[in-house]
Amino acid sequence: MDSKLADTAGIAAAEEAPPPARAWPAIRRFFAAPSALVGALGLVAIIAVAVFAPLLAPQDPYDLMQLDIMDSRLPPGSESFAGLPYHLGTDGQGRDILSGIMYGLRTSLIVGLASAIVAALIGTTAGLMAAYLGGRAETAVMRLVDLQLSFPTILMALMVLAILGNGVANVVLAIIVAEWATYARTARGTALVEREKEYIEAARCLRIPGHRVLLRHMLPNCLAPIIVIATMQVARAIGLEATLSFLGLGASVTQPSLGMLIANGYQYLLSGLYWISFYPGIALLLTIVSINLVGDRLRDVLNPRRAR
Amino acid sequence: MITTLIRRAIQAGFVIFAMTLIVFLGVNVIGNPVDILINPDLNQAERLRVIQNLGLDQPLWRQYLGFLHGLAQGNFGDSFVYGRPALQVIAERLPATLELALCAMVIAIVIGLPLGLYAGLYPERISSRLIMTGSILGFSLPTFWVGLMFILLFAVQLGWLPSNGRGETAEFLGAKWSFLTRDGLAHLVLPALNLALFKTSLILRLTRAGVQEVVLQDFVKFARAKGLRESRIVLVHILKNLMIPVITIIGLEFGSLIAFSVVTESIFGWPGMGKLIIDSINLLDRPVIVAYLMMMVVLFVSLNFVIDICYTLLDPRVRLDGKG
Amino acid sequence: MTALLDVRGLVTAFPGPEGDLRAVDEVSFQLARGEVLGLVGESGSGKSVTGFSIMGLVDPPGRVAAGQILFDGADLAQADADTRRSLRGRRIAMVFQDPMMTLNPVLRIGTQMTEALHAHVQISRQEARARARDALGLVGIPSPEERLDGYPHEFSGGMRQRVAIAIALLHRPDLIIADEPTTALDVTIQAQILSEFQKLTEEQGTAVIWITHDLAIVSGLADRIAVMYGGRIVETGGIEEVLRAPRHPYTRGLIRSVPSENTRGTRLAQIPGVTPSLGRMPAGCAFRSRCGRADAACAARPGRFGSLGAYHRCFHPHEETLA
Repeated sequence: MDSKLADTAGIAAAEEAPPPARAWPAIRRFFAAPSALVGALGLVAIIAVAVFAPLLAPQDPYDLMQLDIMDSRLPPGSESFAGLPYHLGTDGQGRDILSGIMYGLRTSLIVGLASAIVAALIGTTAGLMAAYLGGRAETAVMRLVDLQLSFPTILMALMVLAILGNGVANVVLAIIVAEWATYARTARGTALVEREKEYIEAARCLRIPGHRVLLRHMLPNCLAPIIVIATMQVARAIGLEATLSFLGLGASVTQPSLGMLIANGYQYLLSGLYWISFYPGIALLLTIVSINLVGDRLRDVLNPRRAR
Repeated sequence: MITTLIRRAIQAGFVIFAMTLIVFLGVNVIGNPVDILINPDLNQAERLRVIQNLGLDQPLWRQYLGFLHGLAQGNFGDSFVYGRPALQVIAERLPATLELALCAMVIAIVIGLPLGLYAGLYPERISSRLIMTGSILGFSLPTFWVGLMFILLFAVQLGWLPSNGRGETAEFLGAKWSFLTRDGLAHLVLPALNLALFKTSLILRLTRAGVQEVVLQDFVKFARAKGLRESRIVLVHILKNLMIPVITIIGLEFGSLIAFSVVTESIFGWPGMGKLIIDSINLLDRPVIVAYLMMMVVLFVSLNFVIDICYTLLDPRVRLDGKG
Repeated sequence: MTALLDVRGLVTAFPGPEGDLRAVDEVSFQLARGEVLGLVGESGSGKSVTGFSIMGLVDPPGRVAAGQILFDGADLAQADADTRRSLRGRRIAMVFQDPMMTLNPVLRIGTQMTEALHAHVQISRQEARARARDALGLVGIPSPEERLDGYPHEFSGGMRQRVAIAIALLHRPDLIIADEPTTALDVTIQAQILSEFQKLTEEQGTAVIWITHDLAIVSGLADRIAVMYGGRIVETGGIEEVLRAPRHPYTRGLIRSVPSENTRGTRLAQIPGVTPSLGRMPAGCAFRSRCGRADAACAARPGRFGSLGAYHRCFHPHEETLA
């Protein structure tokens, strides 16, 4: 009798303390794949570089006073007029490429994060509301989602930029417009599965207010897939921003993103000055690959169907 | 079958109608219609006259009807830059873009499909893993940057291939094509490869996933039990089942290729619609922008429509559903 | 007279996290020409894998790890891939469990039949089509000529299984392995298919391995029976003898769990517990964890008691006949 009681108590204790018990194995499983470890380390390094750019960069590329036109178009490994090394060379205005990359990362990451987060918020809300409300509202939202998803993202972005004009803020807006539908579809999909379950029915019968059902029950269940999509979407947004900047539709010349840096080097490419475009491109590639590796692994770990 | 067709056609028509509304509202409400439709170089008196001519003093709904009327006749106004009807300017660029997109699609299929088939059939082999790693790279590499690196490597360093323009063209079916001349073909290689990069990875991964699903099916085992040769099992039994999803994707992605050719055309100076729209956005050539957007809308809606029909023709099971 | 099929010590293994798992564990049996063997067992007992091992269609990474499969005197386990392929469908055919899944949904029935002919014999398209049409007629499909142009989804489950049987019979094989071909069908259709299958194989003198979990089917169909549990044949013999006087407690349990007129009104006996998964089979006699007669002796692996044609693997066999 005593032992049975102890057993029950043990079970209860185990049930009360699930977060650390469940989170730790998930984290361990996440890092079990070497690719995830590489991706996570890379991502941490990239974010650190972006955050501490003012401390790490040899030069403030936005400060025109620090630029010396005499130093323009120097190959990697050259020294500045003042004797400082340019590890990755300089661009047409004598700007240090390495510093440009560090500062450019900031713009790219901010644009990527901001657009992915806002798109996730809008999309998830729309998807959840659609699933919860059902009926005409649902049909209307999902029709819009289907319509949007049948157009490629770049076309949606071009449409927004064509109407609103160029600029960083408009690029962010364009990416949001282009990407929110993906979240909406996912959120609705998972919420629909949840909606059919009995406890939602029970909650409704108990006249628990709608927003509580939504926030307490439906939202947590679609969080995992949304996080996975959002991770991947940050990479896509960074790539899209770079592309739009390259096309001359995006970031301002004074605060260049990686895409702008690459575009700046385009004109020098044909004369063989490869480093102006090459190194920012490598930085962009590493950023996107790191995020994708992390996202890939997140999907494997968070998806219960794939987990072993 | 016929009813499904008609229903789909009505849906497609509705979508196009909705998009005209969005573009019209975008241009006339969010943007300033005076800016968008009138050449900014005109003086005040001329402006007023043009505003009246264009009916911009009319109520919005009447303007919209006018917009639709022009649309039905393919009349988007004259390009500010070229001084000719916007649609005509775009139509002249269409063959170049189509040629580029088609070539990229062919490359993506010719490379992606066999590699995906191979990686799906023999997932354990090292070569398959290499293929899959390569495809991840294909997804992650920013297309425009790869384009630049192509130019750097093949045009600047090695000097093998040209990097700008269409080269020599030859006339065929009333349009100019690059692939008919040696020089044109050389100009086509780099842009087509560049545009194909992402789609190759996509087709490869989809094919592989499809193969891995199909090989587990009982009918593949039954085909083996019949004593069929492996080649027939792969090329007929497995491939034919794959064709449905793959063709759907190819169809859908063809539209996206045309959209993404914007980037490739800008890099390689390929004189297609994509380069035109970027130039037009930068030069504020609004009639061309509106015409391009509406053309894309029509293109994508019809593409989806055609894919639906192909899908029905390919999959005997869907055909039955359509009848019932 | 030599047996058509002589399986000796067949082991089919799948690699597991802790070494190989033996889905088929030293299975031996013989089959004469024209004979029908009922291979009975629960799901997971290894009966289907035995069938696929004979066909040479074990899904990798599984493989035939040991033993001989002598077909007409030649060892299939040692044969090269091309030899095996040329036997498949021509001399050894197979019918699968789920007729909804065995036919390729995007190929016409005619194509799926004629390709089976072209795989083994050099004949013209017209001749192949004619033979396919005749085969469809043989299995009782009305207006076979038109049906050749149909797709599988236009056929009912029973009709599809008839098509599969027609394909299996195309080359008048010496042996057909039937892997629960009626389980997925309605009961009335089951009976039809069963009787036609029986008629056709009898007429053509085809030997049959009928894989099933349903003793009732086997009792009316088979000449001999082999009962599998945990990858091993625990008992085999003539159908009448085994059903009348099962020696192995598992066979006995199986028979008693089938409702019949004799048992009406009484409680059906059931075998306690569930079949352990492959990795958790007890050492020694695999059935001892569920057996009422098990004792310390059963920790050793039971050998074959009896002749190759009629044996059991139990240290404490039942001697009495069933009531």
